[in-house]
Amino acid sequence: MLENLVMQKKLRFGWFTLTCSEDNTIIFVELINRHYFEWKDKIKFVYCKPLQSNNKITRMDVAYVEGAVSSLHEEKLLKKVRANSRYLVAVGACACTGMPSGQRNLFNDATKKSIRPSIKRYNLYEKVKAVKDIVKTDAMLFGCPMSADSFVMNINGYLKEFGVDK
Amino acid sequence: MHRINFDLNFEELSKVEGHAGLDIAVRNGRVKDVRLRMTHNKRFFTSAVIGKQFSNAHQILSRICGTCSIAHIICSIKCMEDALGVIPSKQTKILRDLSMYGMTIRDHAMHLYLFCLPDIFGKDSVLEFADNGREHDLIHKAFQIKEAGNILSKEIAGRAVHPVYPIIGSFPHRPTKEKARALINMLEKCRDAAIEFVDIFNDASFIFESDAEFIGLSNPDFSFQRGELLTSGGLCIPSISFRKFLQKTIIPYSQAPGFSFQGRPYMVGALARLNVNLASLNKRTKKSLSSSIAKFPSINVYHNNLAQAIEIVHSIDHSIEFLDSTDFKEEPVQTVKPKEGEGVGLVEAPRGTLYHHMKLAANGSVTYADLVIPTSQNQVKMENDIGRLVQQRLDEGKGKEAIRKEVEVFIRAFDPCMSCATHFLKIKWG
Repeated sequence: MLENLVMQKKLRFGWFTLTCSEDNTIIFVELINRHYFEWKDKIKFVYCKPLQSNNKITRMDVAYVEGAVSSLHEEKLLKKVRANSRYLVAVGACACTGMPSGQRNLFNDATKKSIRPSIKRYNLYEKVKAVKDIVKTDAMLFGCPMSADSFVMNINGYLKEFGVDK
Repeated sequence: MHRINFDLNFEELSKVEGHAGLDIAVRNGRVKDVRLRMTHNKRFFTSAVIGKQFSNAHQILSRICGTCSIAHIICSIKCMEDALGVIPSKQTKILRDLSMYGMTIRDHAMHLYLFCLPDIFGKDSVLEFADNGREHDLIHKAFQIKEAGNILSKEIAGRAVHPVYPIIGSFPHRPTKEKARALINMLEKCRDAAIEFVDIFNDASFIFESDAEFIGLSNPDFSFQRGELLTSGGLCIPSISFRKFLQKTIIPYSQAPGFSFQGRPYMVGALARLNVNLASLNKRTKKSLSSSIAKFPSINVYHNNLAQAIEIVHSIDHSIEFLDSTDFKEEPVQTVKPKEGEGVGLVEAPRGTLYHHMKLAANGSVTYADLVIPTSQNQVKMENDIGRLVQQRLDEGKGKEAIRKEVEVFIRAFDPCMSCATHFLKIKWG
């Protein structure tokens, strides 16, 4: 009985997207081609909008966050994710550095002025931020998009740490 | 029934590209209001590209969207070639076709098999599919096809997302004979499975008919990056004139603008492409899929998914033909010099016609950029059709929960991409 319970242990996983092109989501979704049957047995998808409608931000072992932070709504979401995850990993250039989604931070004054009505209208931040500017970040997977190999290496580490992989 | 009142609020639509929400108000049995909110935060790419060198623009604009990045790159390159009078070689054009086919197979497969297939099987997610039997078998096949598109993109364009090999005037990488043969074998191996999925979407019982103008590229071999635009009304539109037919509509609650064609909602995408260019599908595709293809032209919006499934088979067949018949040779990279100019690029991205228009200064820096995105073009029709669908279902006596479920399925039939649609620049708010 105890042996069965141990076998059922799964990594509680979250995947979140902030302001970006969702290129890391595509890398993740393409990794599923080769890892689906392995991960299906080892991972509990607690929050993963590309795969399912029923998503909750609760008790995650690891949350992967792609995208930069460009609004209060996203900042609140990110803080909620942080509060509900043991580890938080920033994936891709926008999450790790704020760029290129934050390229408007570097606009000249005239261009900044020209986009101000939209910034105001949609309650966007004046300055786009990286994930680590808002919350403690346990790891960063750089790249635009992230490298598939680095993601696999990272998640394999957590599968071991949480006792899913022996 | 006539007294029925409810609000349907979708805070975050799932299994679509990017962020969107939807609010529907029903009062006294009538649809009172529909608001499709594209909530993916803006990134102002049409401002960001201003002042950048012509040779970098395609890599900047690629970052508008991960899943459509190959389409943005090739569209931007074609725009620059138009502005600078650069003519690519025949081999470069073939390698671009193959890049577009790799993307289309991968992207359509992701949308159809991961996002839509659970709807047909009455499940929320592929994760709920059985661990054995037909459902298990289908999952295997779905990933096999998706992976084939991914590998074709990587081997031809360098990467499946934000690829590096396509450049202005040239394509500085070619598959070896051995690699081309391996790609042909890979594509042949998943062809039967792709046909099986066409049959599944052909047999799906979803119906919602909505006539409109359908617009897509027309050319003799159903290429996604050559030809001129054709409408279902029979109008042929040169790429350079396309924008003149469109009116931009600001939608106050959406971060993406909408577009109308000659003042009316219209549709782009796989359904539109099949409606205007059906006869040009690959011969082998037509032979294998005659009963599914016979359903087109169609005004059933759900047939957009069937059209996507057919396009996967076409992309496989035409790629095999190119890889088998082309002797890829090393070609010199063209030197492209900057000059003042103006150009238009137009391609068929997975979700429809994508248009880039840019102007260059004499030093080659971008001075103007206007982009028209497929999902923006479909936005007005999508919102109108959601209202009409809900009203139809209310009149048929369907309840709130049944309608809620179908609305999500219906939105996925359009395959919207919010990352793309909300890229854009400035709105003047009154």
